Amino acid sequence: MPEASSTGSDGSAPTLRETVEEFLYREAALLDAWRLDEWLALFTADGRYLVPTTDLQDGDPRNDLVFIDDDMVRLRARVERLKSRHGHREYPSSRTRHFISNIRIKVEDGAIVVSSSFIVYRFRMGESSPYIGWYEHRLKRVDGELRIHHRKAVLDLEALSEHGAVSIIL
Amino acid sequence: MFDPKNLILDNPDEGVFRVHRSAMTSLEVLRMEQERIFNKCWLYLCHESEVENPGDYRRRNVAGRPLFFIRGSDGKLRVFLNTCTHRGALICRHDQGHADVLQCFYHAWSFNNQGDLVGVPDEAGYPDSFNRAAMGLKPPPRVESYRGFVFVSFNPDVEELVTYLAGAREYLDLIVDQAEKGMRIISGSNRYSIKANWKLLVENSLDGYHVRPTHKTYFEYVNSLGINTSGVQTAFSRPALVLGNGHAVEEHDGIRGRPIARWSPLFGEENKEEIAAIRAGLVRKFGEQKARHMADVSRNLLVYPNLLIIDSIDITVRIFWPITPDLMDVTAWQLAPRDEKPELLARRLDNFLTFHGPGGFATPDDVEAIESCQAGYKAEGVEWSELSRGMHREAIAEDELQLRAFWRQWFGHMSGMGTVETNDPVIRQRAALAR
Repeated sequence: MPEASSTGSDGSAPTLRETVEEFLYREAALLDAWRLDEWLALFTADGRYLVPTTDLQDGDPRNDLVFIDDDMVRLRARVERLKSRHGHREYPSSRTRHFISNIRIKVEDGAIVVSSSFIVYRFRMGESSPYIGWYEHRLKRVDGELRIHHRKAVLDLEALSEHGAVSIIL
Repeated sequence: MFDPKNLILDNPDEGVFRVHRSAMTSLEVLRMEQERIFNKCWLYLCHESEVENPGDYRRRNVAGRPLFFIRGSDGKLRVFLNTCTHRGALICRHDQGHADVLQCFYHAWSFNNQGDLVGVPDEAGYPDSFNRAAMGLKPPPRVESYRGFVFVSFNPDVEELVTYLAGAREYLDLIVDQAEKGMRIISGSNRYSIKANWKLLVENSLDGYHVRPTHKTYFEYVNSLGINTSGVQTAFSRPALVLGNGHAVEEHDGIRGRPIARWSPLFGEENKEEIAAIRAGLVRKFGEQKARHMADVSRNLLVYPNLLIIDSIDITVRIFWPITPDLMDVTAWQLAPRDEKPELLARRLDNFLTFHGPGGFATPDDVEAIESCQAGYKAEGVEWSELSRGMHREAIAEDELQLRAFWRQWFGHMSGMGTVETNDPVIRQRAALAR
């Protein structure tokens, strides 16, 4: 799979949109290829990954119940678990496909705030289940490279009725 | 002809306890469960803290029936069948909200938050026999609560809730008494479905035997945080306890500590004093022995048929309903002391997320395990599941006595034999000898 291009389509320097889109597509490709250590390297040292519950989409993990609220220690542990043959829900691993669209970009106080829509399909054991919702990526430049400071996946589903769990990384 | 008496083999003399797998796959069994269990027993609805203020309401399905509960302007919590007394439309169409008056959108009949019918457009159009006072929202036949936990029953003749709870009452006390100023449900709930029979989640939730093999990655994670989890090797050797009427509890050593009140490195040095103070308070109030039971021991409590309260680092309240023989809907909430320090609440929520949540490091593997059982039943050639573990001895938490307690009560209801003794005979005999 070709890596992120350093130039725009006409050979000029890429626009912010081109850079951000390429970054998100590359992230999705790493997840779908289960190249999880490389995916983890996309985060800043103080990165965070949040998935609120379906009934409280703006849940605050300090006071409310959420599905996932990972700092880098826990996110690394999540990745280790996904790579383990004792992580039974994902061993053998599911097939996934992350689709991203409706990308909108804002720049706020030096941070690049990207909202996008997602469909993540998961296929395993004869079942298929789509996770549908929207991402908020708060990106920062570290040594000239984009890095994820905060990544939130908000589900539009009313319940995890097909899914039973959020065992993959959305 | 299908006969529920053939679904369980319970022969203590020969150490045989088996459940026929059709109990998990048959639509006839599910229909009979609806009639003989879910239409007969007390069923958990909600916790009182979920509607704090007059007018607050939430809707919820219980045994497939749409209900809602609302705190009236008089401060009283009431439960209603969620259907207009006129022509049937759902009255409460939001999952939660606040209302002084609930209006049916179909013909605009209005009910106040105590259920009285207060508005009927063009009421003169009805004959004289129309009695508005008798057309208020209808409650389920029975509603009672115990220490904040609200239950309903569709059986008007059901025994009082406190009688029904039997020995589970003491364990509910043990949980509620941990908080000086009472407990509350935290905002946000986990709603997920599992493609397995509902009784498999009862088994899984009371089963100490699966914890070490199934949840290896969870303990690896806890170890990686610098917590010594070697105690898990013996944590499940406490005596197994059955509580009557099908209720049971699986108790184990709280090796990872508990916010109330056993400090471990998981809680950080900064919270050591606070946890010690909470513990001292429990000792003062309840004495050393009960305080130790509250603070050192974690427990998974089943209130028959389908309420689980998991009291460990966090307190998970979990309810699950069969949809089809091989599908259930699960909802889980987090219960916490009202006055808990934010730092301890954070640890509590962390534990829910890392263990009990569907995005955690343990629950997804439980889901996988019981879905895997359900999938295995399709092989059909193996008719019975084996649940005799510990039948020949004073059973411990790692045995299957708690599961047998559930199944024996289930059998009593399904076979029409009524309440059956849910303890293993070996324990009954020893208890008799001791007397």
